[in-house]
Amino acid sequence: MRNRFGGGLFVLLAAVALVFLVLPIVGIFFHTTPGRVIGQLSNPVVVDAFVVTLKTSLVAQALILLFGTPTAYLLATRRFTGRSVAVTLVELPLVLPPAVAGIGLLAALGRNGLLGSSLHFLGVTLPFTQAAVTIAVAYVASPLYIRQAIAAFEAVDPRLPAASRTLGAGPVRTFFRVMLPIARGGLIAGLALSFARGIGEFGATIMFAGSLQHVTQTLSLAIYYEFNQSFDATLAMSGVLVIISALLLLTLRIALSWHESPSNTSPSLFGLSSST
Amino acid sequence: MARVTLEHVTVPLRSFELDVSLAIGATVALVGPSGAGKSTVLNAIAGLVRPSGGVIRCGEETWFDQDVFLPPERRSVGLVFQDYALFPHLTVRGNVEYARRHAADEYLERFGIAHLANARPAALSGGERQRVALARALARDPAILLLDEPLAALDAHTRVEVRTELQQLLAGLEIPTLLVTHDFEDAAALAQEIGVIVDGRLRQTGTAADLVARPADPFVASFTGANLLRGTPTGSPGSIRLEDGTLITAAEEVGEATTLAVYPWDITISTHPPDDSALNVVAGTITAITELGNRARVTIGPVSAEITAESLRRLGLETGGRAYAAFKATGTRVVA
Repeated sequence: MRNRFGGGLFVLLAAVALVFLVLPIVGIFFHTTPGRVIGQLSNPVVVDAFVVTLKTSLVAQALILLFGTPTAYLLATRRFTGRSVAVTLVELPLVLPPAVAGIGLLAALGRNGLLGSSLHFLGVTLPFTQAAVTIAVAYVASPLYIRQAIAAFEAVDPRLPAASRTLGAGPVRTFFRVMLPIARGGLIAGLALSFARGIGEFGATIMFAGSLQHVTQTLSLAIYYEFNQSFDATLAMSGVLVIISALLLLTLRIALSWHESPSNTSPSLFGLSSST
Repeated sequence: MARVTLEHVTVPLRSFELDVSLAIGATVALVGPSGAGKSTVLNAIAGLVRPSGGVIRCGEETWFDQDVFLPPERRSVGLVFQDYALFPHLTVRGNVEYARRHAADEYLERFGIAHLANARPAALSGGERQRVALARALARDPAILLLDEPLAALDAHTRVEVRTELQQLLAGLEIPTLLVTHDFEDAAALAQEIGVIVDGRLRQTGTAADLVARPADPFVASFTGANLLRGTPTGSPGSIRLEDGTLITAAEEVGEATTLAVYPWDITISTHPPDDSALNVVAGTITAITELGNRARVTIGPVSAEITAESLRRLGLETGGRAYAAFKATGTRVVA
């Protein structure tokens, strides 16, 4: 009897938790009639915010891939002094409050910032431009990708790249034909996480890029600013973000289930002389 | 065919420094306990480990010396890893084509894996994986074949079968081969020459028969499967006395030596004291009986004898029972 009571209690608590987690999302879709929400999708504020978000996110994620992948690869496969410091630095933006990140970006790249004056001299002004949105997104989202990518590369059995080398492939071919395909699942999962973090970016963007419609106002910023003007527009944009987030979550789950299971790894071989 | 030579190749390892000189012309096996530095020798030849000193040459070509360090992709080696390290994301054909872009099918045929061409490594048995790994390693026409514990990943059942297969393959190969194993029997079955390596140094090299006939030290003797009989000098030049007082007569001068080796197959077991006084006899209680197929290993005191399973039954031997292990003086070798 007691057992059944305990089990029942657990089910009840779990049910409350699930409803709590799902309820806000249900609210977004059922607060008003779907017709009114869909009508808002042609509202220029909504359209502009969607385009800004898409453009800046795609460029930011492309940059994260381009710079983050080699960074993660080196951190995962090389052992050098200062490596753990480098890993900690990579993770820094993850724990930094977004508003602080925004101030930091301003202080570094703003007109009077650390590099800002040199940039200004070159005719480049970053704050309150679309480039600033991209930079803010890349700054806060990149650690999620890099962390996951390090784990994905570390999970590759070190004998596989070693085998590739003895089979006549140089380091570059080994990277593209062995490391990248095997780590693929983890990399895509990391990118999905980074993407999700990027489209939700608020604090750093508002500090560094402002919220100018058509230029720097992303969906997340527009939701906040439209909140008092048109609740329907807010709901429509929220609905779009819910759908994107759901797709990213799905991508993440599929990518992680793909993960080829490499046999257990021993951190040795390449360059290091330890094994038998 | 070009010989691969190592001259004082040194690699600092955790608790000792590897220092090996070796010439590989035919099939050579490096045997030794785990952690002895065997795999490091393979990795140094393949270019996966950079030695701290020495010279590695393949024929006229220098792969490593003070000024040269050819990366693995520029050395002509075929390395078969322990557990094979097949690429999990590629098919069997993809694995072989990785090393050889043309006529991979020919290799699939030659190794009897053509029917597995489109399978992934995860779906293969241990023996099949080994064939794929060998096909892949040989697909580049390497100047030397390196095998790291080729049989360790297999269960006892497939092991013998795969060993026979490997034996035939190596016999047909025209290139020098270096294989590493911790099992003396595997080494004896597969290689013409065996090097025993302990703590990074070669203790002895020779044919399996050489090592058994004249083990250089107690380690080599026990590694080749011998029983070690440790005793004290008796004063007479041809014998030693074991701890329990048993006198063991050797066929050669013992001198100051106190350790003799005797191989299990040179020992007979009986339930009554043998009446031949020329035999060395160790009497005692049977402490262990291990049956392996149609053979059995019977341990009495310091010696283990190998007898047939049939004799085991005929003599009615049982653990705890009293028995006599007998061997001729010529069955002993002085090792230390």
